[in-house]
Amino acid sequence: MSTFLLELSYLIGSITFIVGLKQLSSPDSARKGNLLAAAGMGIAILATILFHQKDGQPVGNIVWIVAAMGLGTVVGWMMAMKVKMTAMPQMVSFFNGMGGACAAIISLVEYHSHPEGSAGYLLIVFLGLIIGSVSFSGSIVAYGKLDEKIKDVSSKALTYFNLLLLVGIFGILAMAVFQPAVLGGSVLWVLLTLSLLYGVLFVMPIGGADMPVVISLLNSLTGVAAAFGGFLYNNPVMLTGGILVGSAGTILTVLMCKAMNRSLLNVIIGSFGGGGAGGAKGAVGDQTVKEISLTDTAILCAYAGKVVIVPGYGLAVAQAQHICHELEKKLEEKGVEVTFAIHPVAGRMPGHMNVLLAEADVPYPKLVEMEDANPSMNSTDVVIVVGANDVVNPAAENDPGSPIYGMPVLKVWDAKNVIVMKRSMRAGYAGIENELFFHPKTKMLFGDAKETLGKLVSELKDL
Amino acid sequence: MASFFLENQQIIYIVILSILLGIEVISNVPAILHTPLMSGANAIHGVVIIGAIIVMGHAHSDDYLALILGFLAVLLGTLNVVGGFVVTNRMLEMFKKKK
Repeated sequence: MSTFLLELSYLIGSITFIVGLKQLSSPDSARKGNLLAAAGMGIAILATILFHQKDGQPVGNIVWIVAAMGLGTVVGWMMAMKVKMTAMPQMVSFFNGMGGACAAIISLVEYHSHPEGSAGYLLIVFLGLIIGSVSFSGSIVAYGKLDEKIKDVSSKALTYFNLLLLVGIFGILAMAVFQPAVLGGSVLWVLLTLSLLYGVLFVMPIGGADMPVVISLLNSLTGVAAAFGGFLYNNPVMLTGGILVGSAGTILTVLMCKAMNRSLLNVIIGSFGGGGAGGAKGAVGDQTVKEISLTDTAILCAYAGKVVIVPGYGLAVAQAQHICHELEKKLEEKGVEVTFAIHPVAGRMPGHMNVLLAEADVPYPKLVEMEDANPSMNSTDVVIVVGANDVVNPAAENDPGSPIYGMPVLKVWDAKNVIVMKRSMRAGYAGIENELFFHPKTKMLFGDAKETLGKLVSELKDL
Repeated sequence: MASFFLENQQIIYIVILSILLGIEVISNVPAILHTPLMSGANAIHGVVIIGAIIVMGHAHSDDYLALILGFLAVLLGTLNVVGGFVVTNRMLEMFKKKK
């Protein structure tokens, strides 16, 4: 009876994962999908505690299990609720790392209890260890990079070393699986250490702007690690959940790369770090920018027919989304048509801008995707770029030497006037110069986005 | 080779079907949902916690290594599950009123 209930719960769990994931791919059903998958997870976990048996024995140490789950729930809940929206990608990476570590520890303990077994068993245990460890350390480094605690480190030598390390890991794995006697039990610690190292070195050279892609990749890796746990215990729900995430996560990673028009290989091996400052065309040091005053900006916008606002990471950092909405409302009062042009990777993650603006109650229809925004640029009177940089850089179109060449961008220079709101002339995430700032149609408005927008709104009130 | 296939047929079916299902489920995702979807998938792979419960639940009461590491594994797995679903929910709440 209890086996029946257990397996039934696993079936239910698997179904909720599949349906939930499908629902997550559409805005209308996304919330329900998340809750559904969560419910299925809960059922599977509960069933395991109540009904799982090994060699006829039910699950023991329940007090400790519940204690660990209780602690994890409290800490996880608090962390997830307290984090600012701008730090969401870091959080995803952090929790991903937790899953990877969990998978690695499972392999550790299992091997410790049963160091001998068939080649198949050893393969499963060690692969779970390797993949879980790489995912764990890689995710922690990704977290550090996004939180700007860790800098990019890159060199050609590192790329080759990483490749060697990877080959080494799989070489040792093959030995450990097919000739276990040769290496003995310490192979576990060797593989663990090398995998943790590889995870760190793999993510280290990759530039911050590529982080969401890397996190998506690590996400699918953890899914695969979970699947190996499923192989180990012949557990259908771990298998389904793990492989579903491994597969879906890989496709998602490829989709994200397409949105940036970069190949995955390019992201992993040819990071921004190497080509960055050197690759861009010519020197822009002797060019000057034109500045504009707040009053002039207000007048320009108030008497425009059509204004497009391009938000970027600077908007998020300054938490200026609410005052931006104020500006939109003020301009509309004056009869100006205002829309927001959203680049797919503006900010730190896809959808970042949409989330921020939705939080500020900007009506959904006003958020225009890049493909629809570009054609209407030449009928736009003023484009206000708020803290966006690489997504409006013309080098992506006309400079084959640029690291961002080929990436689809918002062609704001087709509009009649461009006003760029920035804190300083510092480079953006890609670390390269932006010719837009020196364009004849462009004027700069320096300052913190929230302050500048606030002052702009006041100026408009007086007009 | 043949015996491996025959013995593990059902698992092989599950693996192949799950891979295809994962691919199918992700088709046609608008760019703005990429991140909540990634976060949701992140929470789902927290199912690895079940392995941790099995490890800890069947550890002998005097196997301290298994107990301590098992506790850690369950803790980390729970962080993945709870943190993952809560973060995803927060991201999606922003879409609640609009569409």
